[in-house]
Amino acid sequence: MFSCYIVTFCSPRIRKTSSMAGMELLSDQGFRIDGRKPKELRRIQCRLGVFNQADGSAYIEQGNTKVLAAVYGPHETAGGRGKALHDRVLVNCQYSMATFSTGERKRRPRGDRKSKEMTMHLQQTFNAAIMTSLYPRSQIDIYVEVLQSDGGNYCASVNAATLALIDAGIPMKDYVCACSASFVKDCPMVDINFLEESSGGPELIVATLPKSSQIVFLEMNSRLHEDNLSKVLDVAVKGTKDVYQVLDNAVRDHISEVSAFHKLDQS
Amino acid sequence: MVDVLLSDAEKTFIIHGIQDNLRDDGRGCEDYRHMEIETDVVSSTSGSAKVRLANTEILVGVKAELGEPSSGKPDKGRLEFFVDCSANATPEFEGRGGEDLALEISNMLTRAYDCPKCLDLGKLCVIKGQQCWVLYVDILLLECGGNLFDAASVAVKAALYNTCIPTVTVSQDEGHVDIELSDDPFDVQHLDVTSAPCIVTLSKIGHSHVVDASQKEEACCLARLMMGVTEKGTVTALKKEGSGSLDPSSVEEMMETGKRVGQALNKSLMEVLCLEEQKGKKKEKTGFLR
Repeated sequence: MFSCYIVTFCSPRIRKTSSMAGMELLSDQGFRIDGRKPKELRRIQCRLGVFNQADGSAYIEQGNTKVLAAVYGPHETAGGRGKALHDRVLVNCQYSMATFSTGERKRRPRGDRKSKEMTMHLQQTFNAAIMTSLYPRSQIDIYVEVLQSDGGNYCASVNAATLALIDAGIPMKDYVCACSASFVKDCPMVDINFLEESSGGPELIVATLPKSSQIVFLEMNSRLHEDNLSKVLDVAVKGTKDVYQVLDNAVRDHISEVSAFHKLDQS
Repeated sequence: MVDVLLSDAEKTFIIHGIQDNLRDDGRGCEDYRHMEIETDVVSSTSGSAKVRLANTEILVGVKAELGEPSSGKPDKGRLEFFVDCSANATPEFEGRGGEDLALEISNMLTRAYDCPKCLDLGKLCVIKGQQCWVLYVDILLLECGGNLFDAASVAVKAALYNTCIPTVTVSQDEGHVDIELSDDPFDVQHLDVTSAPCIVTLSKIGHSHVVDASQKEEACCLARLMMGVTEKGTVTALKKEGSGSLDPSSVEEMMETGKRVGQALNKSLMEVLCLEEQKGKKKEKTGFLR
């Protein structure tokens, strides 16, 4: 009965992965499918100010997950005054995935249930981090475009959007850093990739304000014993702090580069 | 089209400059802006390319999938264009805002490629009338800096050049047809794109016409002519766009320019692509990180 369930409800891509029976999520030597240790993040590379026309933009690669984010605003609310909030800024998000970003081609880049949900999640996350009361009756747009997806789309999107907001100079309480974690063979694993995500194990996604360790977003899929929750959560929160270090370095590098140009310009 | 706001005085400045063959960024009327091309940027595709033409940024991914051929052409593969105007380019594109422009671009590309000589689709046929390769060419518009059509067509050609299609072996036994896909990443077929067209857009500004109009110039332009031009100078598609009108003699003039510029564009594009392929794995991948 169980195997029948898997065959009828899994997408072909997942079927292919489950047929790779020889692959273990965590080998006896303690290595994961892509050769990482359980508590090792994927390589993060990022850049701020990718585009000229947007007020802020950023690009991030977390392993094979590649995300572009652009920020416009604060500006007048689009579509008349009706939508404007009298006491704070309206944070408007859009999450879309390039049709070629996944293993199997997507028919639509946005508008499906998953991306609508992701849009809402991003909106919630950034409403909690942006100093919204500074810009009443205005709007800030955050547009996220996933160019290549290999798991952790939400995390990469949040991290990219944070960088883009910083590039746009929008006041925030803190960086928002997101990280995922799973639990395999009594061992918590951080920053899981697509194969690990689709293996059916538990998946915990968390976004924090790293300096104060406040959690602004928390989501958990599949089943996990209550006793293990704190272990997995700890690993994920530690992951967000590591991500913070990388992002912060990138921001500082970018600022010093830009200000050096600025000095050259003035002299 | 994404608009910039220009006053009458600014428009006059641009128009007078073009009369004297000098444009506001120092180019002549038949010059393109600086273009950067990089292929093989998205690994989840069969082929991909990123083109940056001044501020215009376009990412193209080609995915090859097995599918059914169209009923009219049972012995040919299919080429499907899809354009997505990302809201990253401008907030106007949010939701369904960019769909009109996207449709316009994908229709123009479909028309330009709908010419039997420009791409050998017969090679994409697997089993006549039943199975063929469908190439989904997905164009992602990331930033608008004018002349989207030309940039998109250049990116499409580059991505098709980069496309690898796995080798298929078809075996028949007792009425059963087996299709076997090769697992070997080096056992692939490449497409011959030498005669694939590039779109050249000619914008009529004042009494002269220019190629590769910037956003400011597009704001001054009332009528433009778009043409798909191949390496040999063959015109595969032609379309007049815009609110203004053109008289037949200027259409002829513009077509002459278009053919000349198109040939040069195709030639230099192929040179760049060959050069990049020669570098092979040695080239450092930069993508958006540069």
